[in-house]
Parts: sequence; C-alpha cells; structure tokens
Amino acid sequence: MKHDTVEKNVGIMIILIIVAISFGTLVELVPLMFSKQSNEPIAGLKPLPALELEGRDIYIREGCNNCHSQMIRPLRAETERYGHYSVAGEFVYDHPFLWGSKRTGPDLARVGQRYSDDWHRAHMYNPRDVVPESNMPAFPWLFDQEVNGARTGAKMAALAKVGVPYTPEDIAGAEEAVAGKKEIDALIAYLQQLGTLLQARR
Amino acid sequence: MADFWSLWIILLTIVSFLLIIWILFANRTRDQGTTEETTGHNYDGIEEYDNPLPAWWFYMFVITIVWGVGYLIAYPGMGNFPGLLGWTQIGQYEERVAAADAEFGAMRRSYLTQSVEEIADDPAVRKMGMRMFGNNCAQCHGADAKGSFGFPNLTDDDWIYGGDAASIKATLVNGRRAAMPAWLAVLGEDGIAATTEYVLSLNGDAVDADLAGEGKQSFTTYCAACHGADGKGNQALGAPNLTNGIWLYGGTREQIAHTLRAGRNGQMPAFSETLSEDKIHILSAYVYGLNK
Repeated sequence: MKHDTVEKNVGIMIILIIVAISFGTLVELVPLMFSKQSNEPIAGLKPLPALELEGRDIYIREGCNNCHSQMIRPLRAETERYGHYSVAGEFVYDHPFLWGSKRTGPDLARVGQRYSDDWHRAHMYNPRDVVPESNMPAFPWLFDQEVNGARTGAKMAALAKVGVPYTPEDIAGAEEAVAGKKEIDALIAYLQQLGTLLQARR
Repeated sequence: MADFWSLWIILLTIVSFLLIIWILFANRTRDQGTTEETTGHNYDGIEEYDNPLPAWWFYMFVITIVWGVGYLIAYPGMGNFPGLLGWTQIGQYEERVAAADAEFGAMRRSYLTQSVEEIADDPAVRKMGMRMFGNNCAQCHGADAKGSFGFPNLTDDDWIYGGDAASIKATLVNGRRAAMPAWLAVLGEDGIAATTEYVLSLNGDAVDADLAGEGKQSFTTYCAACHGADGKGNQALGAPNLTNGIWLYGGTREQIAHTLRAGRNGQMPAFSETLSEDKIHILSAYVYGLNK
C-alpha cells in the first residue's frame, strides 16, 4: 500500500491507527479481565458497609488519592514499611480503584488499625499537632458536616450493577446507617478497614 | 492463566512483531544516499525531501527487535511460558527479603536471649530501636517520645500501664484501650464542676474548698474505683495518677471538666500482627531505656 493512499483516506487511516494502538490493550489488559487472579476477591473481602462507603467518597472528594497511594509494591523497602504487598483480589469491589500514582504522603493501603481513631481525629483536624513536620492540609470542616445519606443507597445499587454483592437489605438500610454521622466518622471508619485482611509480620 | 489466553497473548505478540518488521522493511529505501527527490507534497511552495531512514536509526530499530525477542525468551512474557531464566517478580522479592533477614533479622534475633532490661542501654539496640520507633511510634508519641495531647510522654517516670519491661512489652504486643466513661449523665453539670474542683485540689491547686469538699464525695463514689481513694491511679487498670500534675488530656479546669463529661478512650494499637517478636523486643528495650 502506498503511503499516499493512507494519508489521503481518513477512514483507512483511522482503522489502521486503531489496529496499531490496540495491540497493547489486547495483550496486556484483555486477558486480565478474564483472569481468576484479578477477578476473585481474597478470602474475607466484603463490600464496604454504608458508613465506610461514604467515607470512601469523602476520601475521593477531598482528593486524598492525589497525595496518598493505596498500592504496596512487592519491593522489600515497601513491605518493610507498609506491610504485605497489595494483591489484585483486594480491589475487586473498588470502583474506581484508588491506587494512585504519586506519594506526597505515605501509602495508605494498610493504614487500617495502625493508628487509633483519636489519632486520626487529631491528625485530620490539624496534622501538625501530631506530626510537626507534616505538610498535609487540615480538614476541620469534616468535624462539622454531617454525612448526606440521601444517595448512599443509590450508590450501592449502582455498585451492585457492576458486581459488588450488596444485598437489597444493605441498600434499603443505607440511609439509616449513616444518619447523624459526621463526615470525619465516615472517613475514619473507611481508613480503619483499609488493608486489614492481609497482614504480615515483619 | 487459561490456555486460551496464553495462546492469545503469544499469537498477538508474534503478529505485532511481524507487523513491525514488515513496516520497517517494506518502507526501506535501498539507496542510502541523499537525493533531490521530493515526496511530491507541496504546501504553499514548501516541499519535503524523500530521503531514506538514516542507517543508524534503522539498525537501532533492528537491535530493539532482536533485544525484544531475546527478552521474551529469557523472561516471562509469552503467555504461560515462564522464560528460560525462571525469573518471577515475587521470587525476586522473596529472595531479597530472605537476604535481608539473614543479615538484619539474625542480628535482631540474637538479642532475644537477653532480657529487655539487659539490652536497654546497648548502643546497637538504641540505634535500631530509634529507627523502629521513628517508623512505628513517632506518629503518635513524637520523634522525641515526649508525646502530645492525648498521647503519653514516654520519657518521664509516669506510666499509665506500667513502666516495667513486661508491661511495656505487653502494651506493644496487645495494645491498650482506656475505658474512662462519660460522667455527665451520672454527675450532672454541678457534680462535674465539684469533682473537677476536687481533682484540681489533689494537685495542690488553689480551689474553692466548699466545692472541692462536695466533689470529694462523688470522687470516692465513682472515681476511686479505678483511680484509687487517694487519686494516685492504678496501672493494672490503666487509670492515671491524678495527683502528679502530669495530664494526658490537659490539666486546666475546663479540660478536666471536659474529660469528666465526655470520658476518654485513648487507644494504643496492637503490634502483634505487624511486628516480629525480635523487633518488639528491641522496641520494648528502647522505650524502657528512654527515661533511664
């Protein structure tokens, strides 16, 4: 085929470009979508309860994932600091996943139960109170604002459509489960369960 | 991985290799010299020479193809084929962990034969302990271990759960959870004010004597069970000494009243699931030695 033909026919060019760039996706991504290793939840993994789910949305709203990753790579220096490396089965109910790509703060994949609730409250109110050299922003408004549960059930229903096993009871009781809770409670509930299923002594 | 997907990957990888090679060679102009020939494109009088690829560029491309083929033979990549070197990501990780354990783990474990008290002033233990403290404890207790509001100072002689080696180790292994209830419902605001006054008097602060006398009664009834009749605390229950002027949650009138009203449930996380026995041993020795 002459170059000319491709360059002068947009249709052919589009098709050839799609062919050229799709190899990577077809080879590296498509098989994973059907692989057991990346689709099966690890033992004990449950969908997030209503309060934790709202906490996760607050985590996203406040942009925590811009500075904190949730992905421990299988490198000794990382597992020494953070714990067992992350495995695909931990994230099958995460839509979207929050692995992140940049660590201004530490990785949070296994932050659950590492600090007390009190510590998280103090830290979120003003990080400098407990970690003097911290450059994390303070989030004082989380202590005043109440979780809005009006759409918690709808969020669960949407997640159920993409395969998260919420039961109709979970969805029906969602609004009540978060009623009257402060946003800080939801966020801490979410953080305290992160990565607790896989522990490794080090 | 299922055989189908393994074959899929192998097939597509080979096809993409062949396509790349075909594109490279099909477009190659044999004549390596520069010519005056143009592509025939003419944009507002600007024309483009139709020169062949520079030879160095062409051969670099060929080298990357050869490299790619060699890589897929040596390392895993072609579906389920593990590669001739037998390399895996987790295998390499475990090798490195084992190598580090042979060096550092063995050194740490050598201290397990000695008691916490014996190794507390060993310079190597203090150095290792300081780093572990920085990684695991400093977030709450501070890099200098002097604590902050709500997180105890570990460098003084005042211990909530006991400062002997066994207690420190137990605190690290199992964690601690304080259980100071909220008293507002029981005492009412007046009772809170009176009890606060009495607690202040235990520290020799100037107080309203009548109010403190009133507060002594509720102290004896409700507080003494954990903090002792004299207010000197009980380490077995994690009830702090209220008479030494050291306050975890502040010692002003308003702060003490708030603690009484709302209760306190400070928590020390357990490290039994995350730190190995030898690290807990060394950390215990480090903390034990902090106030010596």
